[in-house]
Amino acid sequence: MSEAANELSIDQLKEKAKVLRRHIVRMTTEAGSGHPSSSLSAVEVVTALFFGGLMRHDPNNPTWPDRDRFILSKGHAVPVLYAALAEAGYFPVDDLMTLRKLGSPLEGHPNMTRLPGIEASTGSLGQGLSIGIGHALACRLDGRDARVFVMIGDGEMDEGQVWEAFAAAHKYQLGNLTAVIDQNGFQQTGATKDVLDLTPLENKIEAFGWHVQSVDGNDLEVVLEALRTARSITDRPTAIVCRTRKGAGTVLEEQGDVNFHGKPLPPDAAEKALSLLV
Amino acid sequence: MKIGQVSGLKLGKATRDAFGAALVELGEQFPEVVVVDGDVGNSTRTEKFAKKFPDRAFNVGIAESNMVSIAGGLAACGKTPVVASFACFLLCNAYDQIRMSVAFPRLNVKLVGSHAGISIGEDGPSQMGIEDVALACSFPGMTVMVPADAAATAKATEAMLRHQGPTYLRLGRAAVPEIYPNGCDFQIGKAIQLRDGSDATIIANGLMVAVALDAAKLLADQGIQVRVLDMHTVKPIDRDAIAKAARETGAIVVAEEHAPYGGLGSVVATTVTQTVPVPVELVNIGDRYAESGDPDGLLEKYGLSAEAIVRAVQNVRQT
Ligand SMILES: Cc1ncc(C[n+]2csc(CCOP(=O)(O)OP(=O)(O)O)c2C)c(N)n1
Ligand SMILES: [Mg+2]
Repeated sequence: MSEAANELSIDQLKEKAKVLRRHIVRMTTEAGSGHPSSSLSAVEVVTALFFGGLMRHDPNNPTWPDRDRFILSKGHAVPVLYAALAEAGYFPVDDLMTLRKLGSPLEGHPNMTRLPGIEASTGSLGQGLSIGIGHALACRLDGRDARVFVMIGDGEMDEGQVWEAFAAAHKYQLGNLTAVIDQNGFQQTGATKDVLDLTPLENKIEAFGWHVQSVDGNDLEVVLEALRTARSITDRPTAIVCRTRKGAGTVLEEQGDVNFHGKPLPPDAAEKALSLLV
Repeated sequence: MKIGQVSGLKLGKATRDAFGAALVELGEQFPEVVVVDGDVGNSTRTEKFAKKFPDRAFNVGIAESNMVSIAGGLAACGKTPVVASFACFLLCNAYDQIRMSVAFPRLNVKLVGSHAGISIGEDGPSQMGIEDVALACSFPGMTVMVPADAAATAKATEAMLRHQGPTYLRLGRAAVPEIYPNGCDFQIGKAIQLRDGSDATIIANGLMVAVALDAAKLLADQGIQVRVLDMHTVKPIDRDAIAKAARETGAIVVAEEHAPYGGLGSVVATTVTQTVPVPVELVNIGDRYAESGDPDGLLEKYGLSAEAIVRAVQNVRQT
């Protein structure tokens, strides 16, 4: 695990979450496009994983075979991952402002061939959990004690492939696989309950033989505890349904309409949002 | 009429059988190889590998999308996954998974599509992969191979495992004639000349190589000497062999067990246009789906006979 990360107090972690939020707002506003609201709902989970000592990784050796993996299946939320990677030391924080610009490896969706620390090229929703199974199987074959975390959107759960993956992970009893569902209640064209209501997710995933927790995904302490619990379960795959707020921590979370998916804040609104994030 | 009979070829094994045998044989030598199956291992013949190396074989059920993305994850961790299903289900059902979980991240996944073409026969069009080569070629960086017989398939299987990067290997269900009874010098991207002639060139792959040899014999009886090239690699295509054939023989016929757009015919025609433009005729199943029936009858009815190639050669020489 990265050393410094282990030593962060809960207050420092909360501060780190704010730092990630600031990066997300700034970089998407600078880019003039991107998905800040989808990134913001996931901040606590990503903060807990990267800085809460819950994921073994080494910014100086991103392909270390024994590392734990974080696969962002909902690839459009990649600003939160870039922010975490930069803060963890994978690349300079200044590079965040190159998001989506020609020549920058910080593409609009994750590209593993261009940026160390990115575990999977995603952006076509529905594939990350299956890719995570591949990692989990390979680690098991090689006798590596590594855990694979996959973050999935609640709208992304519409994809049939996700359920194929739940079934396969159960078949192979992948105790080294954890799915984190960012249940922010919205997808692209509206509320998830209106587009395709899959709630309650918990009993459906449980029915596939998984261990399931249901938590407030924007409460850092709760998230840390849930991830610790997930780590302790090694005889079957685990899922954490994180109830979150899309746009959490900014004005975006109050908008609650179709227009807040995939829309960066205009510069003045971004300034205001940043000033409130102190 | 059985294919290969005119040219006196002996009937050999199906390419899927040769693949299954080669894979299990190479299993010790390539310890990173794992198999991912979608409940068709007894059809694709990966079951032999799965029996010998049970820890290295994963049957994820009838879930091609999941199967392909899992392979991507395995490859990202240094494994060499061999993912086999029917050509149609693999390429058509999991096309986006091949794009996003394999091709775009340039992962070392070995895609194998069996039951390609109409020669699967009685099971009918829903099981026939006739679009697979076009789909496979469409991915940037994908290597695409269509071996003609058992010996070539064994070599192609090994070449595929040695190659770094995504590949597609196309296999057939039916037993096919032996083109290489004395072994095959298979190199990815290098066409094999099976017969020389200066009046035209027939470029073929898969089971159409045997049909092309039959056609060449029939043409020779009419005093027309054709060159025959086994173009077992569709991508990257052997530009030199095509340019040379165009220059030296002046006319080209391409024969493949595939739909007309995007397969070997398209790739060769494009290459001819870019190198030494000469007339080209295409022999394929046409812009249509086939039907159930016996394989030989289907090949005849859907335009894949030696006679069809003979006519194409006669036509192309008159253009
Ligand atoms: C296969 C696929 N279909 C459609 C899209 C377009 N798209 C991008 S984000 C999105 C909504 C995702 O909703 P959700 O998974 O809930 O993520 P959130 O943004 O709410 O975190 C859609 C439909 C896509 N990226 N991939
Ligand atoms: Mg959502």
